[in-house]
Amino acid sequence: MIQLLKMAYRDLGRNRRRSFFSALALAMGLALLLLMAAVVEGEMRGAMELGIRLQTGHLQVRAKSYNENKASLKFDDLVANPEQIAAQVASLAPVQVATPRLFASGIVASGDESVGVSVVGIDPSSPANDPYRAGLVSGSFLTADDREGLLMGQTLADKLGLKAGDRVNLLVNTSNGGVDQQSFVIRGIFSTHTPAFDQGTVFLPLTKAQAFTQVGDHASIIFVLLKNRDQANAVAAALQSSNGSRYQVVTWEQMNDLLVQTEQLSNAYMMFLYLIVLAITATVIVNTLIMSVFERTREIGILSAIGMRAGRVMAMFFAESVLLAVGGIVMGLLLGGLLVVYATDIGFYVGSIAGSMSGLLIGERIYGYLTPNAAVSLTVIAFVVTLLAALYPAVLAARMEPVDALRSGQ
Amino acid sequence: MEVTRVENVTRIYKVGQMETQALRGVSLCIESGEFTALVGPSGSGKTTLLQLIGCLDQPTSGQVYINGKDVSKLNRNQRADVRRGTIGFIFQFFALIPTLTAYENVELPLLLIGTGSAERHERVKQLLDWVDLAAVAQHRPDQLSGGQQQRVAVARALATKPSLILADEPTANLDTPNGKQVMETMARLNRETGVTFVFATHDPRVIHYARRVVTLRDGLIVENNGVQDVAAQIGAGA
Ligand SMILES: Nc1ncnc2c1ncn2[C@@H]1O[C@H](COP(=O)(O)OP(=O)(O)OP(=O)(O)O)[C@@H](O)[C@H]1O
Ligand SMILES: [Mg+2]
Repeated sequence: MIQLLKMAYRDLGRNRRRSFFSALALAMGLALLLLMAAVVEGEMRGAMELGIRLQTGHLQVRAKSYNENKASLKFDDLVANPEQIAAQVASLAPVQVATPRLFASGIVASGDESVGVSVVGIDPSSPANDPYRAGLVSGSFLTADDREGLLMGQTLADKLGLKAGDRVNLLVNTSNGGVDQQSFVIRGIFSTHTPAFDQGTVFLPLTKAQAFTQVGDHASIIFVLLKNRDQANAVAAALQSSNGSRYQVVTWEQMNDLLVQTEQLSNAYMMFLYLIVLAITATVIVNTLIMSVFERTREIGILSAIGMRAGRVMAMFFAESVLLAVGGIVMGLLLGGLLVVYATDIGFYVGSIAGSMSGLLIGERIYGYLTPNAAVSLTVIAFVVTLLAALYPAVLAARMEPVDALRSGQ
Repeated sequence: MEVTRVENVTRIYKVGQMETQALRGVSLCIESGEFTALVGPSGSGKTTLLQLIGCLDQPTSGQVYINGKDVSKLNRNQRADVRRGTIGFIFQFFALIPTLTAYENVELPLLLIGTGSAERHERVKQLLDWVDLAAVAQHRPDQLSGGQQQRVAVARALATKPSLILADEPTANLDTPNGKQVMETMARLNRETGVTFVFATHDPRVIHYARRVVTLRDGLIVENNGVQDVAAQIGAGA
């Protein structure tokens, strides 16, 4: 009924400041929810994207027996003729780039300090290595025929007090189970803005890495990037069937299972936080509405005396809550929209915290990312929770006995 | 024709362990077209009796009939339904909805009974003319004087052409001229439209408007129709 809405609207206008602040409470609650969702989702996506670009790729072709945690260099655990297989993989339409990589564990020593690192042999000409090339902060990138040059992450170089042009000793495990060492020149220092990566990685040209670790013409993996990551499973299946029994193809989801699990866990955790935020918001609103019910006790008595049924009295107060909720939601979407745009475009600097979180690659900046799905569901949840909370004051109003209501304040 | 009849009604209020016998067995009959005052000292049960007749409350025992229908056992919604369109109320405080204009306050009961918009508009205009407030139809209550507010309340009570209008000390918060104007408006509408009025009052200046006076004391009717006596009692009791 129009009259109910009109009265509800005017009642909100009667105490403008209070209505504004309770709508604002909802608005801030919703804005906070949107921001939280955007930051968490953005962080997860960012970490996933970083993990894919810097470490896992979308697909990897490996020997069946390869164990990524051991960085084994036995021939049986490696990919033979890697260039040939990479070329074959790269010829598939959904594949953007495929390149062999060799992983070995090593130790960088300079002066009396030494640090364990992951030694990665890369084909310097492959575009798959662009993220490292783009991250060069000093010196130059590797060339394929460089026999004594390496690239070092900035975090590691800083820790060891090294700069481009300095010499370091590098020890590696070799294929036959021994250890070899050689002095290298730091050709360049790179930063991926991902401290966890930059503090533990050293690049060599693939051929040098192969010679150094004595693996011959072998690589640990074929690193594959796709044009669209959603095609990973299809391409993996195709590669698997054409490459017979010696190789396995793993996808980014399998390789980043830690991240996938973390995401699920954090979603559950966030739900809990959302509910807390909403509970606080709802409390503020319920409080305002209850106050407004008691202030208008006599009015409720009058309406009841005129013959308004309890249900209608309830509807009137509820209509007021709906208006308040709509106003709060609109304000919240505006406010939240601004925050999310800020988070998405400018991001938040987290700096060194990122390095201390082991296992996850987190950039120095976290960028927000709000999915339409999350935006819609959070908005709906905030609205529904507010309305559910508003039921109580409305029931309170409807339960008032007309006689008592009329007597109040007389 | 009988509008309301009260038979042997008692009303006991319980507050914690305390019981108050507000009415101790009251019987009363109000005929259509009456203009009746309910008088008696403070605490004698006037408001309680009006609330029972007005279907706002239920008697502890006894029966209340409105237009021949027993309303003493109805539930809350059924009582609201009886009140709506059948009984108009005027209270001591000027019981208007503060967010609505004079016009909208008068319109409200008509909306509740579902009167069509053209008819509603006509009726509200007519009512505001009757109480001489057409000029302030668009004013909110806080922009009206007490007397004007009370006359809006009178117009609203009349809106649905109810069988009965109950007024609880309608002039208690008004100065003499305004109180007089409200009483005269009520008396005139009673004459012109034939609507039944029952009003409770303390105010000796108001009692002479009544054509019948019912006197309550300690929850019992002690006088029925004795105008002069009552004026004297009020003087003594107040
Ligand atoms: N809701 C209530 N709870 C408890 N006692 C009540 C209640 N309402 C009225 N009473 C008591 O019932 C008695 C009659 O009250 P009532 O209000 O009907 O008197 P009244 O004649 O209208 O008085 P007044 O002239 O002061 O308005 C009084 O003793 C009063 O204290
Ligand atoms: Mg009273």
